Amino acid sequence: MRSVKKKGVFGDVREGFIHRLFQASGMLAILILAGILALLLYTSVPAFKEIGFKEFLTSTRWDPTSPEKPEYGFLSMLASTVMITMGAMLLAFPLGVAVASYLSDVASPRVREIVKPIVELLAAIPSVVVGFIGLNLVGPFLARIFNLSNGLNALNGSLLLAIMALPTIISISEDSLNAVPAAYSEASLALGANVWQTLIKIKIPAAASGIMASLMLGMGRAIGETMTVLMATGNARAFPHGFLQSVRTLTANIAIELGEVPFFSTHYYALFALGLVLFLITFFINLSADVILEKQKRKLQ
Amino acid sequence: MDKTNIHAGYKPKILVEDLNLYYGQKQVLKSINLAIPENQVTAIIGPSGCGKSTFIRALNRMNDLIPEARVEGKILIDDENIYDPDIDLVALRKKVGMVFQKPNPFPKSIFDNVAYGLTIGHHRPKAELEKVVEKSLRQAALWEEIKDRLEQNALKLSGGQQQRLCIARTLAVEPEIILFDEPCSAIDPIATSKVEELIHQLKKNYTVVIVTHNMQQAARVSDFTAFLWLGELIEFDRTDKIFTNPANKLTEDYITGRFG
Amino acid sequence: MKTSVRKSRKNSKTQLTQFLGFLVLRLSVYLVLFVLIYFLYDVLSHGSKVISWEFLSQAPRKGMTEGGIFPAIFGTFLVTLITAAVSVPLGMAAAIYLNEYARAGRLTRLIRLSIRNLAGVPSVVYGLFGVILFVNLMKLGTSLLSAGLTLALLTLPWTITASEEALKTVPDSYREGALALGATKWQMIRTNVLPYSIPGMLTGAILGLARAAGETAPIMFTGVAFYLPFLPASLKDQFMALPYHLYVMATQHHSLDRAKSLAYGTALVLIVFVILFNLTAVIIRSRLRRKWKN
Repeated sequence: MRSVKKKGVFGDVREGFIHRLFQASGMLAILILAGILALLLYTSVPAFKEIGFKEFLTSTRWDPTSPEKPEYGFLSMLASTVMITMGAMLLAFPLGVAVASYLSDVASPRVREIVKPIVELLAAIPSVVVGFIGLNLVGPFLARIFNLSNGLNALNGSLLLAIMALPTIISISEDSLNAVPAAYSEASLALGANVWQTLIKIKIPAAASGIMASLMLGMGRAIGETMTVLMATGNARAFPHGFLQSVRTLTANIAIELGEVPFFSTHYYALFALGLVLFLITFFINLSADVILEKQKRKLQ
Repeated sequence: MDKTNIHAGYKPKILVEDLNLYYGQKQVLKSINLAIPENQVTAIIGPSGCGKSTFIRALNRMNDLIPEARVEGKILIDDENIYDPDIDLVALRKKVGMVFQKPNPFPKSIFDNVAYGLTIGHHRPKAELEKVVEKSLRQAALWEEIKDRLEQNALKLSGGQQQRLCIARTLAVEPEIILFDEPCSAIDPIATSKVEELIHQLKKNYTVVIVTHNMQQAARVSDFTAFLWLGELIEFDRTDKIFTNPANKLTEDYITGRFG
Repeated sequence: MKTSVRKSRKNSKTQLTQFLGFLVLRLSVYLVLFVLIYFLYDVLSHGSKVISWEFLSQAPRKGMTEGGIFPAIFGTFLVTLITAAVSVPLGMAAAIYLNEYARAGRLTRLIRLSIRNLAGVPSVVYGLFGVILFVNLMKLGTSLLSAGLTLALLTLPWTITASEEALKTVPDSYREGALALGATKWQMIRTNVLPYSIPGMLTGAILGLARAAGETAPIMFTGVAFYLPFLPASLKDQFMALPYHLYVMATQHHSLDRAKSLAYGTALVLIVFVILFNLTAVIIRSRLRRKWKN
């Protein structure tokens, strides 16, 4: 007959300590996210003080090194980012959903096993390599087709970003299509619809919210992409007017100028303000995608 | 039926007093009172979903793993309420061993499986471990079959051997009570009879509680039987009494196979 | 009247739509595969011309118009090592918390939300964060350490997710079995969960680190150098790295045409590196999966 009462507190203290240690590691994720926001805000404040919100948010001219009158308007870069991203999505979204549909509903398991790792491989190619290809392969190709002096323009950026966003769009869309209960498509097939009709009329509508989320996550990825656009879009500072023009995105501008500015100058702070804008845009896009996916998960459970 | 269910001449090892157990809003066990006698085999029977497994898991507090589980009432083991805050869960689970429904050997060698409970948190000389491992495997009637391959991965054993290995593993930490949660539901009939024989042997030194879905098994191995229905204890008595002359109509209907 | 179930013209019309629909889907897949293969072919055909033992083992010479990329390979190796040393243990610990300790609740939801959002933060923003926190506030300067720490933050969401996946493959019966034998929670994790999940955790980590090794924007301002005549000797030194070297050779070089073939070589090395890592991870993973099935 043994007693099972505690014989001291050492065991509890030890286990409690280990628990707290792991919990702290988990909470680090919150801390990092909050830390990024806090430090970006903190470093942007001097920029807004010195430049003023009005100029930053409404001017299309970004010319920090102008000897007469430096100006810090982010609109041209925002427009370039939005334009390139939209272009990329116009290409990548239909293509990505088509590939996802093929993988989820048409392909044999063997084909799926071959294609999926290849799509994942696409996601693994470093963005600097994609940019390099844009510079040396896509650029000359566009120059020849459109008869330009060089092919470093918004279209080049959109093409490359489309390729980079594809893996995200494909995998999230495919997951959503696969999450549609089999009962839905079985019912449709049993009523005499063929696989194509079932896909178009039942599965894609049922997975619509997840497919939307894939679009948003792909967009988030494209907006934040730096090296690719830096190398492939020509980086002209002007407000963009067409896809065959050279443009400079928010990300590319930070990458170009951060290396050259003196620390703690207005220009330096202004670049962090651009970073803050970038962070907030991607944060809200990702957050909305997250909410959509969570809702869908709960609905389909 | 007297409230505590103590049977004359049998010393209770486990005394369950007014036990209520909830999963969130749902009540799974309803004011259960039961005295489980020492060195006897007590079977818990009842239709699926009646709370048998939940009940047996309350006896070594494995239900603590379920976040929304909540317990009211007392379970006294040797007069200590195991739901008191000063209970050492590790000591409790060493005293109250458990064998699960599906054999769950760890993907380690046979030797390491049996020695597992002894080696965690302690360093013991190899010779001592070897002695305990042999003794436990002999007690579990497995020694002769595997004595030459103790270093083999336990997952390579047959299902019945795996279950006896899990019993040996439990014996190695020298429990006083052994809980069996439907120990034969995942193994074949020949292996089942070996495990049943083993359970019969074990009651000399241990108090045994076995949950079973199989009434013949309960009749074969147990001295006492408790019948649970929808979370309530309907009847508790000597097994021969339950199976020949149950006091309650529900019990009779269940053991004659009218529902379940 | 009996209805025939033979193929009819009306049926054949819907069959034709299906045929055309599938054709469009199939062509989409071919297009994606074609683009990828064409990219790889372009890099391979140009890059293989400059790949040699000399290219891999020597430093750049004559204003980076000749010689090799060894310092960049070495630098990438070092910075990835630092990233791994920080990101892998932290990722494992966070995953252990989420999978073994955390109960459903607001804190857990917030942690998971943060992890998913961290994975979507642009890499250039990590670079900015590294500049303020490590280079300036912590006064680590532009160094291997600053760059490694920045990449560690970038990879953390991936290592957490990969580690959690690995922990999920360990069956609950191992946990219950250990607890029932009187193991404490930590003893159970240490002796009966971690040994079976560490191979999976490391596989996932390898994939994350391969991606980190290919990143440019986060290290651009935290430690990488255009050209260094010496190999880094301490954590406070700057370093050369493959992705940045490729960027420099492709866009910043004084004579881009002469640098172009060397840049292709660098791109090929980066791609081969990434593919090898991915392949290793995929193979290990499928082996592990098979092992758990038995």
